[in-house]
Amino acid sequence: MLEQGYNRSLYAVMFNNFFHRLASPKHFYRIAGAWIPWLAGACLLLFLAGLYYGLVVAPPDYQQGDSYRIMFIHVPAAWMSLFIYMVMAGAGAIGLIWRIKLAEVIAISSAPVGASFTFLALVTGSIWGKPMWGTWWVWDARLTSELILLFLYIGVIALHSAIEERRTAARAVAILALVGVINIPIIHFSVEWWNTLHQGPTVTRLDKPAIHLSMLIPLLLMALAFKLYYAFVVLMRARCEVLARERSAGWVRELVE
Amino acid sequence: MNTDSLPRAFMVLVRRDLVLAIRHRAEIANPLLFFILVTSLFPLGIGANPKLLVAVGPGIIWVAALLASLLSLDSVFRSDFDDGSLEQYLLSSHPVSVLVLAKIIAHWLITGLPLLLVSPLLGILLGLPSEAIQVLFITLLLGTPVLSLIGAVGVALTVGLRKGGMILSLLVLPLYIPLLIFAAGAVDSAAAGLPVTAHLSLIAALLVLALSLSPFATAAALRVSLS
Repeated sequence: MLEQGYNRSLYAVMFNNFFHRLASPKHFYRIAGAWIPWLAGACLLLFLAGLYYGLVVAPPDYQQGDSYRIMFIHVPAAWMSLFIYMVMAGAGAIGLIWRIKLAEVIAISSAPVGASFTFLALVTGSIWGKPMWGTWWVWDARLTSELILLFLYIGVIALHSAIEERRTAARAVAILALVGVINIPIIHFSVEWWNTLHQGPTVTRLDKPAIHLSMLIPLLLMALAFKLYYAFVVLMRARCEVLARERSAGWVRELVE
Repeated sequence: MNTDSLPRAFMVLVRRDLVLAIRHRAEIANPLLFFILVTSLFPLGIGANPKLLVAVGPGIIWVAALLASLLSLDSVFRSDFDDGSLEQYLLSSHPVSVLVLAKIIAHWLITGLPLLLVSPLLGILLGLPSEAIQVLFITLLLGTPVLSLIGAVGVALTVGLRKGGMILSLLVLPLYIPLLIFAAGAVDSAAAGLPVTAHLSLIAALLVLALSLSPFATAAALRVSLS
């Protein structure tokens, strides 16, 4: 490795080495184990800050009063459901093209987390919808496409558990996830392309956000907290998956003893 | 398959599947009868109120077509998988995506085309107005190939599994939902006398998208299933 890096800077070589080590399950297990407590701690701090600013400091909405505050859970959960699907599809594509085991592990570890966030987004949306719109559910474009996303996640989990050999299962799941990627832009643009009851984009658009700063800040804090939550949960799940996959390897036996 | 050129291989596959289907007529008849039966069940179940039937008719016919298509999907690769021909397709020098396209086209001719031809009759059974029946025909003409194409990806992923049938539904039905929404919406608009070009354009777009991408996804899925 250092011979190859002879003409490159030392930093480039260290960078390369780090990623090569990270792709090895044994080193990933150790490195992820070191990161998890820090990510969890940062996540907790951000949750506390976001909830404080969102529930206590942010002013009540002039139209919706205090019941808009469920937005601080609903919107980050919905953002996470889309983000995790893209991570799953991307990791699946990497596993399919370059056969990197860890990419397959991350993809399958993300699926249940993504499904949970999608379910959370749908449920909190329903709870918000009942006082606001007068109904628990409406079959408009955004809600329907988010429901399809939940079905896609469940399909990925089901297909993975139906195939016994793990590597084949990971590759099949990658193909399924990639086929479903078409749904993501549909979900995002559904409120622009169709007449929906769900409101239009207020933050993720090219114009400046159509939301007041005092509400935007807790929203972004919660979004970051959810991302860190996903990060440490997926690392925990990935560690378990790595142990299961590599159970016949020497380093796993050493760990058990 | 001793053919040298790709077009010949393509035609050989299509003809073989069609000849096999004609010799086992049940493969053509069963999905068709299922389609007719399920559509007929609804007026019996929800009451024969003509206004109600016109209102829900397009959706019923489309959902029945979806389910009939789902049931017939298993036959795309099953017999080839069982006797080993599927591995020969993968091992041949021809691009697998083209061979897969041949199989899908044959499957549509065997299962989708009969559904299409019977749909005006079912439209009359449910009392749909004639503009709605015309649009129903067009949506099925554009939509049943999409069902075969998207379904082929699902079948390719589950062909190696023992109890693949249930999980096939779970994988494929979410991908069918946009098509169902546009197609049923088109027929509803036609029944109300509104323009349908937007709906039909979207279904045509889905067809072009599926036609261009699904053979590659199916070929990749077959490689995974047979590995």
